[in-house]
Amino acid sequence: MDFNQNYFEIFQLPQAFELDLALLSRRNLELQKRVHPDKFVDATTSERRLSMQWTTQINEAYATLGSSLRRAIYLLTLEGKEIANNPQLDPMFLMEQIELREELEQIEEATDGIELLDHFRASVSKIMKTLEGDFSACYAAKEIAGAEQAVYKMQFINKLAIAANNVEEKLLDY
Amino acid sequence: MALLQITEPGQAVDPHQRKRAAGIDLGTTNSLIASVRGGMTETLPDTQGQHLMPSVVQYKESETIVGQDALDAARQDPLNTIVSVKRLMGRGVSDLKVLGDQLPYEFASTDSGMPRIKTVGGDKSPVEVSAEVLHALVLRAREFLAGELDGVVITVPAYFDDAQRQATKDAARIANLHVLRLLNEPTAAAVAYGLDTGAEGIVAVYDLGGGTFDISILRLARGVFEVLATGGNSSLGGDDFDLKIAQWLISESGFQGKISHGQHRALLLEARSIKEQLSEQSAVDVEFQFESLSVKGRYIVTQLESDIAPLIQESIKACRRAVRDSGIALQDISNIVLVGGSTRVPAVRQAVETYFKKEPLSDIDPDRVVAIGAAIQADQLVGNKPDDEILLLDVLPLSLGLETVGGLAEKIIQRNTPIPVARGQEFTTYKDGQTAMLIHVIQGERELISDCRSLARFELHEIPPMVAGAAKIKVTFQVDADGLLSVSAMEQSTGVAAKIEVKPSYGLAEDEITDMLKDSFQFAEQDARSRSLSEAKVEAGRVVEALRNALIVDGERLLLKQEVTLLNDGVLKLEELAKEDDVRAITRGVEMLGKASEEFAGLRMDASVREALAGHQIEELDEGMN
Repeated sequence: MDFNQNYFEIFQLPQAFELDLALLSRRNLELQKRVHPDKFVDATTSERRLSMQWTTQINEAYATLGSSLRRAIYLLTLEGKEIANNPQLDPMFLMEQIELREELEQIEEATDGIELLDHFRASVSKIMKTLEGDFSACYAAKEIAGAEQAVYKMQFINKLAIAANNVEEKLLDY
Repeated sequence: MALLQITEPGQAVDPHQRKRAAGIDLGTTNSLIASVRGGMTETLPDTQGQHLMPSVVQYKESETIVGQDALDAARQDPLNTIVSVKRLMGRGVSDLKVLGDQLPYEFASTDSGMPRIKTVGGDKSPVEVSAEVLHALVLRAREFLAGELDGVVITVPAYFDDAQRQATKDAARIANLHVLRLLNEPTAAAVAYGLDTGAEGIVAVYDLGGGTFDISILRLARGVFEVLATGGNSSLGGDDFDLKIAQWLISESGFQGKISHGQHRALLLEARSIKEQLSEQSAVDVEFQFESLSVKGRYIVTQLESDIAPLIQESIKACRRAVRDSGIALQDISNIVLVGGSTRVPAVRQAVETYFKKEPLSDIDPDRVVAIGAAIQADQLVGNKPDDEILLLDVLPLSLGLETVGGLAEKIIQRNTPIPVARGQEFTTYKDGQTAMLIHVIQGERELISDCRSLARFELHEIPPMVAGAAKIKVTFQVDADGLLSVSAMEQSTGVAAKIEVKPSYGLAEDEITDMLKDSFQFAEQDARSRSLSEAKVEAGRVVEALRNALIVDGERLLLKQEVTLLNDGVLKLEELAKEDDVRAITRGVEMLGKASEEFAGLRMDASVREALAGHQIEELDEGMN
């Protein structure tokens, strides 16, 4: 197996942020039908090992391309851009983040928390969509610095979405 | 029914070499074995025509009884009759303190993490008890299929953790079975259901058995069964309903003394019978007497409903979470399939219908559907249906993590990640010259280590001595298609493979398994040596067949003539070796042929992948033109 192939090459898809997710899913299934360990149960040891390595790699590639945030980060990595741990972000955005966090904390205490949470999530995913648009435009225009900023913001919003899920678990007592 | 089998010349697989494969549903209360015969998939009955075999083992001094006869003995001989052993699989001694009151057994103290049950036949681990159940089922299949099984698929609850899966695999090993795959029960049910009805779309499988609860959300499309999310509770089931009824019996009797083991067992059996009657009627007049405990009273269905409501709500909670994890909206789920005997309880059906806002399906016998799905998968895996395109894509049920400072868990692989999956994590030393390191692997969703399951402690040794922070040890966690974890480690700067010592928290160590193999008198048909010889021969036969078929299909296409000759010679040589009785020579022969064929394996895989995508483009071109 050629482990130097990038994830887009594995699925033979154009290297871009905009991606046909249905096509990605179809190609994933076609490949899985060929390489999945279930097809190699009684094969030789080397074939079994290769099958596991391939499937693992395809699963990883599929998960990376299937998530907008992970796909964006991956595209930057392919451009040779390392993602910073403590990025500089514009203060306006950070202020908004603090407000959103406060809103989430209030939802956790509210009696009609679940309904409020639904609204909250809807607005969070709207912000995410906007950021994806920003990233896509910057990346297509090869404005890597702008794309990078968009990724950092997407990371923030993603963490917020996870926090919202955790609040849901508490509210519904999972 | 296929009357004729037409074989084209040069075809790789001989039709008369149809292999014997079976699917096994190793249940808490009952177990089943099923097989595909003449195009039909059926569960196999015993000589009395019974398909369900109670998962009960009675140990006597000189013999072991499994199934209905053992269950019949449970009241008289509670200490030596092991019931619901699945609840103990992969569990540690500390878990028994929680389950303790529910289990009428005596436990022997052991050095390892695995509990042993004291019986007149000796101290037995849950793995050995399960092996007995498997063995009894396999005897049934051997009879029906007139020969040894080439391979089996064994089902496990989707929510089983690594230790529970490993314990199941160990049991199969002791029972001398070739496990093709551990298959998740809801996935098996979806296969049986999907192939039976030809359904496509999103399906939720609600599986409430005797001791475990699973919920899986799957996408069915053109023979692909893709698990989107799974959840559950591996200690919630119909047994817990029985326990509630038994508690009512005790309080109604006014009995104040200590409940004996025999009474305990008798109460649970009575409770189960009351529960079953209440699926058909609204009240049961109870007249129960065992030893000095007697009850006369009326147990009504509304009482049962309120007694078990909290348990059912637990299962609905897990459903809600799985639906959310799947990213599917509730109204987009097209079908809900009920699996497991406990879904016969009307209150359970009602709760499922209320939550999903749809009437659940139970057209296929909820007791048998899992075994049937497993048999279909086994038949395919063993190679009886090379053209069928069933593909099962499963996920990791519970997040895998590591212990970090302060007893906190750091997740390295999230739950519901498709498997197989691998993740690397880098560690470093914190002291100058440090040569060893301890890594604690856990499984579960909670933040505190103490709330998760401990899987294993890995000790890394032989790390090259360096200053603190200089060594970079990359630890790779690989989860295979069975959901089982393996770990490897490498020091990055020097490329030295650190040695790993695994101490499973609840599983069996390798030497314990070896001891059990020696002890298992049920399977003492062969001694240990002849057994390892036959294992080596079987493995050699598998490699010979696999490589020979591969050479017929792809040899000319992908290899040079002399390479084909070389590999063919290797195949013949191994075949010769396997006729002799030298275990080491056979094992070495298998290894050498494996090495020699490595490149060929790589070429085949690459070619296959290229074809997959080439096929795509043609297909898409067609779609574009239409």
